[in-house]
Amino acid sequence: MTAELIYVIPEIALLTLASIILVVDTFGSPDDRSFTVTLSQSSLLVVIGLLIYLMPDSTNYALGMSFVSDQMGAYLKIFICIFTLVVFFYSFEYLKEHELVKGEYFVLGLFAVLGMMVMVSAYSLLTIYLGLELLSLSLYAMVAMNRDSQQSAEAAMKYFVLGALASGMLLYGISMLYGISGAIDLGSLSAYIAQQENTGLLLAFGLVFVVVGIAFKLGAVPFHMWVPDVYQGSPTSVTLFISSAPKIAAFAMAIRLLVDGMAGLVNDWQGMLMILSVLSMAAGNIIAISQTNIKRMLAYSTIAHIGFLLLGIASGSYSGYAGSMFYVICYALMSMGAFGMIILLGRKGYEADTLDDFKGLATRSPWFAFMMLILMFSMAGVPPLVGFWAKWFVIKEVVAMGHIWLAAVAVLFSVIGAYYYLRLVKLMYFDKPDQMTALKASKGMRFVLSINGLALLILGFIPGALMTLCLSAFSV
Amino acid sequence: MEMNIPLLSLLIWTPVLGGIWVLYAGDRQENTVKYLSLSVSIITFLMSVGLYLQFDSTTHEMQFVEKAIWIESFNINYHLGVDGIALPLILLTTFTTILVILAAWEVIEHRISQYMAAFLVLTGLMNGVFMALDAMLFYFFWEAMLIPMFLIIGIWGGPNRVYATVKFFLYTFLGSVFMLVALLYLYSQSGSFNIIDLQMLPISLDVQKLIFIAFFLAFAVKIPMWPVHTWLPDAHVEAPTGGSVILAAIMLKMGGYGFIRFSLPIAPDASAALDEFMIVLSLIAIVYIGFVALAQQDMKKLIAYSSISHMGFVTLGFFIGFKIVANTDSADGAVMGIEGAMMQMISHGFISGALFLCVGVLYDRMHSRQINDYGGVVNTMPVFAAFMMLFAMANSGLPGTSGFVGEFLVILSSFQASFWIAFLAALTLILGAAYTLWMYKRVMFGDIANENVAELKDINSRETLILSLLAIVVLVFGVWPAPIFEIMHATIEHLFNHIIHPKLG
Repeated sequence: MTAELIYVIPEIALLTLASIILVVDTFGSPDDRSFTVTLSQSSLLVVIGLLIYLMPDSTNYALGMSFVSDQMGAYLKIFICIFTLVVFFYSFEYLKEHELVKGEYFVLGLFAVLGMMVMVSAYSLLTIYLGLELLSLSLYAMVAMNRDSQQSAEAAMKYFVLGALASGMLLYGISMLYGISGAIDLGSLSAYIAQQENTGLLLAFGLVFVVVGIAFKLGAVPFHMWVPDVYQGSPTSVTLFISSAPKIAAFAMAIRLLVDGMAGLVNDWQGMLMILSVLSMAAGNIIAISQTNIKRMLAYSTIAHIGFLLLGIASGSYSGYAGSMFYVICYALMSMGAFGMIILLGRKGYEADTLDDFKGLATRSPWFAFMMLILMFSMAGVPPLVGFWAKWFVIKEVVAMGHIWLAAVAVLFSVIGAYYYLRLVKLMYFDKPDQMTALKASKGMRFVLSINGLALLILGFIPGALMTLCLSAFSV
Repeated sequence: MEMNIPLLSLLIWTPVLGGIWVLYAGDRQENTVKYLSLSVSIITFLMSVGLYLQFDSTTHEMQFVEKAIWIESFNINYHLGVDGIALPLILLTTFTTILVILAAWEVIEHRISQYMAAFLVLTGLMNGVFMALDAMLFYFFWEAMLIPMFLIIGIWGGPNRVYATVKFFLYTFLGSVFMLVALLYLYSQSGSFNIIDLQMLPISLDVQKLIFIAFFLAFAVKIPMWPVHTWLPDAHVEAPTGGSVILAAIMLKMGGYGFIRFSLPIAPDASAALDEFMIVLSLIAIVYIGFVALAQQDMKKLIAYSSISHMGFVTLGFFIGFKIVANTDSADGAVMGIEGAMMQMISHGFISGALFLCVGVLYDRMHSRQINDYGGVVNTMPVFAAFMMLFAMANSGLPGTSGFVGEFLVILSSFQASFWIAFLAALTLILGAAYTLWMYKRVMFGDIANENVAELKDINSRETLILSLLAIVVLVFGVWPAPIFEIMHATIEHLFNHIIHPKLG
């Protein structure tokens, strides 16, 4: 039993560190939380170090088959930690500017990371649920953190109610699966399904509820209603967080449940995911066109990206999953950059969250206009940026599985999507600025944001290593 | 011969890096920016001349090949090479860039470093398109090119520039993504993105047709063919002079290059099956768009429509071959058709570029492109009028200019296919002369129309230099086109032999 614990060391370390920070924070001065932030970021670094040091070269199970340690999990956890590290960085800038700094923000963030890590490595239906709830509850609280803002309160309420509904769906599905198979760990569930000659009614129902739960959490159409409101209503730093690392965790949850747990039902869930995916790409891209609030626009763009992500999983091949993994990592990177830009443009008491705030940015700050240009073209999927390779990878796998028409639909919607990204470039480069206020952000913020943007360009030129990494995560 | 110098890579990355350098120099040092850009473009051109000097025109094989692993997991390579089809287009690209940079010298007043940088980066990417032997590398350059062009039209363009540039971007993007799906399908069948491998891959006729249509969407939009040409007049009218020149001289040629590099060799049987479709569309472009050009009031629009009409010749030349072989059992006429089409592309690059520069010269002085605002310009700008006369004549296909050679060869080979096709194609000689010379007459001749025209100053030495360079090229290739044919001949002969042999699988 204790020998198994070695696989869980990163999670245990994070839990311990987060608890310590929770205590330390109460002794800090209420005006200056930089110590808490540094501690939180250092703990993430420690966890990243542990994850790299303990990188598994084979698949191992721990804690009575409820926890799995494999390469995919380790890679995803590393990315989650790195992205959260950057998110904390952007967040601190934002919170300072808007006088919202609270130690709890970062502690909740760490617990959310813990939840994500549990989700990534969960190997039983209950562990998945446990991780998901830990993540969700932390996020609900973070959304509501700005308690004087009505919008935030509304967003938190919606997020909580719909999130609870989704959890309920998922749990209901899980109970059916458990009821019919008697297995709580994914391995036994998968073995049970393999023995069945045809999908029984109960099994099918269980699957449907699980897929609905996943779709809710990812924000796929028609379970996307919470996304725009939450993205718009939350403080930008929280939106930034929600749109990056948790997507990676949700991807991992989908892989664990559908591939590790219910690979035998691939023909059943494939079709469901395809429908969700096409609907998401259609609704996300088309509705985004009419938005004037950039956070809301990016919310719909997220929905469209989720459609692409699901497409890779729907292809039902290991390289397809690798494609989705590549997609979700690139997406998180792009999304972080885009929300980072909104934070950069904002200032005390003012959120730069309408499209007009980007007007004439090329004159105000050529460099950051260029960064935003990179982000937008990357999201639109234009080479030489990494967003192109992300779409390329997924479409390639869809074509390889023979779904040519699905690929054609996907590229068609990405052309429609290009329109609203172009509009933002147009505002920055072709229009005159309404205001000439200089950007106030700190040097550190500028530096990190520049790295974030340039990463998309560099990865666009050399995407090979990350692709190989994603493929190796799924090489069986 | 020093074959160790990666000449092709240098041709791509020198202008790109030069562009970044120019951007870094910034607007404050205007002169540095200008001379730096000019030097980069001249160095690039000289390298392409070096390429020409070392080129072996006796073989159809790819030359100067560079190959390095790019994305190992999917067998994607950084694979470059040139043959007789690519080389003339590369020379055209590097030559045109110098002119564009010179043309911007005093004209572009704001954000000059960004303007120059955009064109330099564009040059590198366009060279990449013509050199790529890996389909993904090709697509990478092909799409990346849209970003600088989008900015060029959008930032430095005319009043309706946003509409034009978004239309340009979305139109081309829409066409290209279907090509991407086709390429990915081919990869799923062959496991390779190497264009030569794809050309050898046997494919059944039904699949070939779908692939052909996917390629058609990409290339027909780019070249552009009727009825997907509507983005071009908008883009041309709104683009700054340099943008129009690059669009007309080079970007359109990429569509033609795509047909000859992808559509024909990868889906030859579908090309043969669908050749009438292509011929009909080409003839509509030649005749109908010729009439449309006749009705234009805006000089840039007129030249834009004239470009579409001329590009009709290119597609006609590419696809007429199947009928010729059916009629005569000999490939000579067909090879002549393709060579004529290639010649037409090169020559149109010079002539349309020159005409857009001429309109630019007038526009810089009068800030109007409307034919009605002019009249009697010859009285105040005699030297300019002489140059424009030459280019107008070349545009209408006067013997002795390069415009004649390509058209003549295509018409000649069309006769071997069918009298009526040749007849309709030959109408362009009349129509072309009509719209070009009528425009010339209304702008140049007659009494001085208004005070603004009376105050016009003739072209300065910079403008004279640009137009002289083009005039020399147009005349030289008009009387002595042999060097171009010599470069192309082996490649095109080999290409056509490949195309007429079925590769159904």
